[in-house]
Formats: sequence, structure tokens, C-alpha cells
Amino acid sequence: MIEVRELTKSYGPTVAVDNVTFDAHAGEVLGFLGPNGAGKTTTMRILTCYLSADTGSATVAGYDVFDESVEVRKHIGYLPESAPLYTDMGVIEYLNFMTQVRNIPKSQRKERIRAVIDTCGLEDVIQKDIGELSKGYRQRVGLAQSLIHDPPILILDEPTSGLDPSQIIEIRNLIKNIGQEKLVLFSTHILPEVSATCSRILIINNGKIVANGTPEELSSQAKGEEIVHITIRGTQATIEAELNALEFVSQWNHVETDNGTVSYQINAAQGSDAAEALFHVVVENGWSLTELRQESVDLEDVFLNLTDKEQI
Amino acid sequence: MTNIAAILKKEFKSYFSSPIAYIFITFFLGISGWLFFRSFFLVNQAEMRGFFGLMPWIFLFFIPAVTMKLWAEEKKLGTVEILMTLPIQDYEVVIGKFLASFGLLVVTVLLSLVLPFSVMYLGNPDGGTLISGYIGLLLMGGAYLAIGLFASTLTENQIVAFIFGITACFVLLIIGEDIVLFNAPNWLFPIFSYLGLGAHYSSILRGVLDSRDIIYYLSLIGFFLYLSTLSVESRKWR
Repeated sequence: MIEVRELTKSYGPTVAVDNVTFDAHAGEVLGFLGPNGAGKTTTMRILTCYLSADTGSATVAGYDVFDESVEVRKHIGYLPESAPLYTDMGVIEYLNFMTQVRNIPKSQRKERIRAVIDTCGLEDVIQKDIGELSKGYRQRVGLAQSLIHDPPILILDEPTSGLDPSQIIEIRNLIKNIGQEKLVLFSTHILPEVSATCSRILIINNGKIVANGTPEELSSQAKGEEIVHITIRGTQATIEAELNALEFVSQWNHVETDNGTVSYQINAAQGSDAAEALFHVVVENGWSLTELRQESVDLEDVFLNLTDKEQI
Repeated sequence: MTNIAAILKKEFKSYFSSPIAYIFITFFLGISGWLFFRSFFLVNQAEMRGFFGLMPWIFLFFIPAVTMKLWAEEKKLGTVEILMTLPIQDYEVVIGKFLASFGLLVVTVLLSLVLPFSVMYLGNPDGGTLISGYIGLLLMGGAYLAIGLFASTLTENQIVAFIFGITACFVLLIIGEDIVLFNAPNWLFPIFSYLGLGAHYSSILRGVLDSRDIIYYLSLIGFFLYLSTLSVESRKWR
């Protein structure tokens, strides 16, 4: 439903979005992950026709974002960063205004407003002015606004920023539910968020897409080496001699010696099942094992790896 | 059309749900009423030429205050991002906002009809010049509004929009004044004297509703609405 081809946009000398290409389909929750200033917001602004790209093309729901922007905008619900709303309007008044400018037929307006109030949990604040609402409720009104015309594509820019943990979970669940039928594209710089909600992740850094795949794919890609932490009761010199002799150990670091036990961090070749092999080594030598722990490579490492490399 | 109407309704309501409309109406009626009656009994003539003559100068400060928030506030709050990603053409938003501010002007001018009615009560003024005076007032006010609206698209700071608006209106007002015309180079003389807001207004005030003056004001409004649309669109230029 979204096709982005070689999109580039710069602000003066700064390249905000650099040759970005990706696709997204209905039923996907696509997480846009990247450090602050990576180009997430700019990409979203281009897709929602708020800005235009310098070069490259993008189509949304089959329409070109530059040439058929009104059609594109009809198919998108958009929540900009930090949910900018008219603070002098009432919640209902605002949603009603949105049904008008979204050209929802008069007969369906009430029904649609009712529906988004239920979906976004706005029941308690319908009497209030937006200016009186807390950040969490404003975010929900913003979300309600983006859902009012039941769009097939939802673009949310940092929908959970500034919310408390329970609100974050609510919004995540909401995104998951919506994502079952629609395409949801949302950006964040919080890692657990993407692994919790997304079916696919795009990691963007310095305007470039550096990774694109499901959370599982990305984690397995990042597993270059196995890292094992081990603590052994034994003589340091013999242990180290033994470690040097082991073929699958590519590198080891002595961490500490404490009360007769010695700790190491051991890097081993991928797929060598280092933890198990080390266990056997310990048993064969008659040492005793006090700790054996394999470090799991998760999204965090993927993210740090990919974004750090780019910066150097 | 429905889009323009929705924007118009929203902006017009927003004037009245904030203090802007009330402050504007109160101060405008207060100041113009006082300036009018101060000389009215001295001159002792049942006419309003003095009142109409002051209006370009009073509007100079009032009108940019009405339009300054229309775009600047949206930009500051970031609401412009939602607004401009709705399936609405940019010009529809510009026109809707202009008509909302024009609506406020019309309401204010209607309320100031107290003045001509009291003049009619006290004497026997020329109805024709009163009507043409009010038409001139709305046309000139509309032109100021369009200029102020354009100024508001240029910045996210309302104060800056206000000052830009006043300056632009002021320049357009004085280039038709004699003192500027006589000091301007010869080749600029006809351009300045045509573009000056004041000359067209005073010819309407004399009771002559010349189509040239009406066309002048309408095209001035159209031109600045067009500039506003361009300015709003400029974020997408590549």
C-alpha cells in the first residue's frame, strides 16, 4: 500500500532522508526506528504530503504523493509528533470539525465520532476542552482524529512519547489491534516498543535505511558471535592455558578473581554451542562451575550496532 | 465549497471562543465612537466623513491584530501539520480563514451602525454617501485582512505577523499620499497613485461607487490571497 522509491530530501546542506526505499502492505505494523534526528519524521511528512521530497517517488494506496496528494491524504490518518491540536476547541467540537473536513456524510458523523471515542477511550473527557486535557488524553484525541474516517493507512509519529507506562501499553495494544486489518506505520526511538508491537522494523539512521526485517530476522542477523560469561573455581593459570587451547574460543577476557573463583567473558564462533562445550571442558578438568551464562543478542544490540557503525 | 465552509465555521467560532473577538469589537467601537462624537458636535454637521476618513488609520492597527493568529498560531502549535494533511486544497484553507476574519469584520461593522443611526436621528445625512462609505469600509477592511493574512503565513510568531501586517498595510496606504507621490520618481508616479489604498477609498467615500475602485480592492484581496496560498505551499517546493 505504500511504495517508497529512492526518496531523498535535504534541508540546505543537511540530508534528512537519503535514498530511502521500502514497501509496506495492509495488515502490517511497521515500526520506524532510529535515533532522534534520523529522518523518521521527514519521511512521514513526505508520505502524508506535508512536505515533498527533492528526488525519488512515493505512492500511497496507489496514488502519487506529489501529483495526487489530495487522494493520498484521503487514505491516510496522520498523527504528527506530540499531537498538535486546537487547544481552544472542545473534544467533541474538534472531532466534529474533523468529520466535516474529512467529508464524512452527515448521516455517519455521529456514528464515527462515537466509534473513535470508544476505540480511544475518550468517554471521560468528551465534555472538556482540549486545552484542559493531560498529555495522555491529548495523544488519544490525536489518535481519534486520525481514525475518524476509518483510513486504510495510519501514520503515527512517536505516538507513545510523553505517556506513562500504562498509557503506553494501552496505545500499543490499540496499534496492534488496528494493525490487524490496516497498515500502521509508526515511528519511535524506544526499542522495546517495536519488539512489542511491530510485525516489521525499519531502522533508519542519518537518513538511510540500515535494516529492514521482522524483529526475529534482525536479531538473528546480528548474532555474529556467541558471548559466554563463565565463573570457575580453579587455578587461574591452568584455566587460561586450557582456554588458549580451545579452538572455538576466538577471544577471552579475564573479568575478575574473587575468593578462589575466576570469571571470564568468552567470545566464541557462531554456532559452536560454546556454553555446552565449556561445561564439558570444566568437567573434564575437575573444576567446579559457579556461573555459566550465554548473552542473548537482542534488538538493542542490532540497533546500537547499526546506528553506531554509521556514525563512525 | 464544503471544505471552505468547515474552515470558515471553525475559525469564526474560534474568534468568539477566545477573547479576540470581544476585545476587537469593544475597542473598535469604543475608539471609533469616541473619535466620531468628539468632533461631531463641534462640526455640527449630520455626516460621517470624519469617521470614515479615520478608518484607514484605525484599521491599520486593528485588522492585523485580527489576522495575525490565523497562520502563525497554527505553525506555532504544529496544528498546521494536521490541517495541511487533510484532503483539502491549500487555497480552500486560505479562503476559509480569510472569510472567517471577514465575517468578524462584518459583525463589527454592523455593530458600528449605531453611529449612522444616531446621525440620522440627529439630522438628515446623505444616505447614499453613508452606504457607499460602508461599502468602502468593508472593501478596505477586506484588503487589509488579506494583507494581514499573508503576513501571518510568513512567520510562526504572532507579534512578527502583526508588525509585518501593519507595515505592509501602512506602505500600501501611504504610497498614494501626496507627500510620497511628489517625492517619488516620475515613472513611479502613476503606479503609486494607482496602488495607493487611500485614493480609491476616498473616491468611494465621496459617494462615487466606481467599478474601477471596486475592481482595485477585489484584485488586491485576490492577489494577497494568492500570495498566501503560495506562501503556504512553499513548504512543498522542490
